[in-house]
Amino acid sequence: MFKYLFAKNEDIPPGSAAIFFGFSSILWFIVGTGLGSFNAAKLAFPDFVTGIEMLSFGHMRQVHVLAVILGWISMAFAMAMMYITPALGNTKLWSEKLGVWNCFIWNLGLGLGLTLLWFGMSSGREYSDMIWPIDLAIIFGILTPLCLNVAMTIKTRRTQGIYTTNWFFGAATFMVIIVFTVGNSPEFFQLTGLTEAYLTWWFAHNVLGLWITPVAAAISYYIVPKVTGNPLYSHRIGHLHFWSVVVFYSTPAAHHLMSSPLPEWLKSFASVEGVLILVPAIAFVSNLLLTMTGKWKMFVENVEIKFTITGVLMAIPLNMQGGFQQTRAINWYIHGTGWIVAHAHLALLGFSTFLEAAAVYYGLQTLLRRKLYSLALANFHFWMLLVGFTTYWISMTIAGLIQGAGKIYEVPYIDVVIAEHPYMIARWVGGTMVFLGNCVWLFNMWKTMRQGTVIPAGRLPHELAYER
Amino acid sequence: MAFREYTIGARMFGLAFGTSMFITLYMPATDIRNVSVTEIGLHRQLGFGRVGGFSYEDPFLKGEAKPQTVDITTDPKTGASIEATRAYVYQAGVPFPNGIRHPIILGEKPEEKSKNVGKISQADDTQGAVFIVREIDEGGETIPFIENATATRGWTPADVMKVATDENTYHIGKGKIMFVREGCWWCHTLLPEQTQDWQYFGAPPMLGDFNGESPTAFGSDRKAPDLTHVGSRNSSREWMMMHFFNPRLVQPHSIMPRYDYLWGENDASGTPINYDQWRTEYNQYVANERVYPPEVPIPAAESEARALIDFVLNLK
Repeated sequence: MFKYLFAKNEDIPPGSAAIFFGFSSILWFIVGTGLGSFNAAKLAFPDFVTGIEMLSFGHMRQVHVLAVILGWISMAFAMAMMYITPALGNTKLWSEKLGVWNCFIWNLGLGLGLTLLWFGMSSGREYSDMIWPIDLAIIFGILTPLCLNVAMTIKTRRTQGIYTTNWFFGAATFMVIIVFTVGNSPEFFQLTGLTEAYLTWWFAHNVLGLWITPVAAAISYYIVPKVTGNPLYSHRIGHLHFWSVVVFYSTPAAHHLMSSPLPEWLKSFASVEGVLILVPAIAFVSNLLLTMTGKWKMFVENVEIKFTITGVLMAIPLNMQGGFQQTRAINWYIHGTGWIVAHAHLALLGFSTFLEAAAVYYGLQTLLRRKLYSLALANFHFWMLLVGFTTYWISMTIAGLIQGAGKIYEVPYIDVVIAEHPYMIARWVGGTMVFLGNCVWLFNMWKTMRQGTVIPAGRLPHELAYER
Repeated sequence: MAFREYTIGARMFGLAFGTSMFITLYMPATDIRNVSVTEIGLHRQLGFGRVGGFSYEDPFLKGEAKPQTVDITTDPKTGASIEATRAYVYQAGVPFPNGIRHPIILGEKPEEKSKNVGKISQADDTQGAVFIVREIDEGGETIPFIENATATRGWTPADVMKVATDENTYHIGKGKIMFVREGCWWCHTLLPEQTQDWQYFGAPPMLGDFNGESPTAFGSDRKAPDLTHVGSRNSSREWMMMHFFNPRLVQPHSIMPRYDYLWGENDASGTPINYDQWRTEYNQYVANERVYPPEVPIPAAESEARALIDFVLNLK
């Protein structure tokens, strides 16, 4: 990687930036889930590693969250953008060198930011925990170069139209810059009180709604037609998905603060808009599942389709929860409980991670021109992720319902803690399975790079048979 | 971008996204900025100081450059006896909270009273100042405001600290930093949920209770009791001390981490704390080899543990 930082743009092999992003994202995924497993162990067994400030839960929880969001998910997105955007435009990445630098600065900046966060240098705002100098570095050193590279690649395309995936990539990389800038403005400009509280959740909502969800969906709009060979079922429904994300998903931020003293009109408006999230969700899921028509065998036989369609199917419970749990009728019962933790993991570890994993599996094979080293290991990874996540999700949902019941029946809180204990252990087991699965994944991709069968020119990875 | 539909599409995107931002940013912001601060809101921001997270003055979140809160019953200037007053002491160089720096955030009437009656414009953070919260009745309405006691009564920070005792001095501003840095808010919320939660954890906060406070640290992922009014439920300093040092001493089923490292090297009497010995003895107690657990050291006045306990006890 380092030798390309100062090479001429033409001398850098196309796809280098995407490959670096791909392996970086897997490494950050291992770091993030490893921290998650460690944190979960502390919730199950509070005296597991104790008395050391740097290894206390309060110092590590936010590092887990941001390592996963900004390291794993966002770097996998950058990886997907750096090979899918040029592929769909029948062109090269606008600047491979910018891409390599982007990856270098991203790893450096994120490593620094998370280290400072680990030491306790925090803004004290959930999801925007990073201190404002790091926020500025993310906006100008990480997101803006990415947005520029994607936008210019779309502009210099050699096709007539712009495919659905690239609408989402172009719009999301632009919107995430706005989201980071506005969401962190309380730190830049010393905004306080309810404005600060609202903007904290405005950021948290929109980084999900305008970055993670649309980009993850955009990946599946590419992978499913590409690998199955079926054309996308409907571009019209794709339009509906895109525009309803922009209009509906960008507005319900206040539904994260339904019990706070925010203006009532804002909470009601957010709640109604929150239900309308079902519009893009249903458009997306139906479009992708209908694209699979006649190729459902690949859901079993092909690794990328297996990951992608699992992610798409997870969008159904995700959005059914997301659409309705924020209404006043339900929110009072489950807000602030483990139910929400389960929901957040359904979004990030269920829905989106499976789509990103598909992008990284497919992208690394395409770019390295090597067939996947081992199908068996990939299937092992898949099931570790799926069973680990499901264990986590079910246990946290039950824990959340216990907390909700404890809340309305005014049970002494310590009894809720006692009742939750078995589910905390189950959560730790599930999270650890995800972590171990990811370690196997890194090994598999490393072996793919070194020992995978070379894919002949003009052939696509999924056209070759699996060997192991 | 040769296609006409992309020109239209880009404009429609701008319109759609712009409208969304107008509704979710501009409209709430104008609404929230009309909120007048409550008395609770004034006490909170004066106690916490300018920022409860990362700032220039305190980049490593050590709780530096924060105000002290003192309860006094003697006028520091004249020595006369006065009714119990809570004074917020800003030593020279400690930055003022946002209500002093930008009084517009207090809302129309508290801003006017704080400037005209409270003389907050005369406060100078290079000299230090002492603030108190007062209320004034006007036209049947009670208006809370900040009084700059340095200007109105001649109370200097040094005078106030001279009449204050250690028991009546609270390091709330430093404690809020500890609350943020140690991630207490990852498990303890500062916002009772709607419905029965209010009976269990107390009244929900009001609209003007947060003006000037940052971060608000409501928390979202409750794994432990809400702390909005914890100081009213449990005002025992000894209980808090044991609970922070090792929560299992007072609540055997607690899953809270131990915060013994906030005690630092020495206890209140200046004796070095032997953590290894304490843990060994505690393990013996857990294994039923000792009848009583070892004594918890009393935290020194300048320790981080003391500040955190002060903060929690003052959440009322």
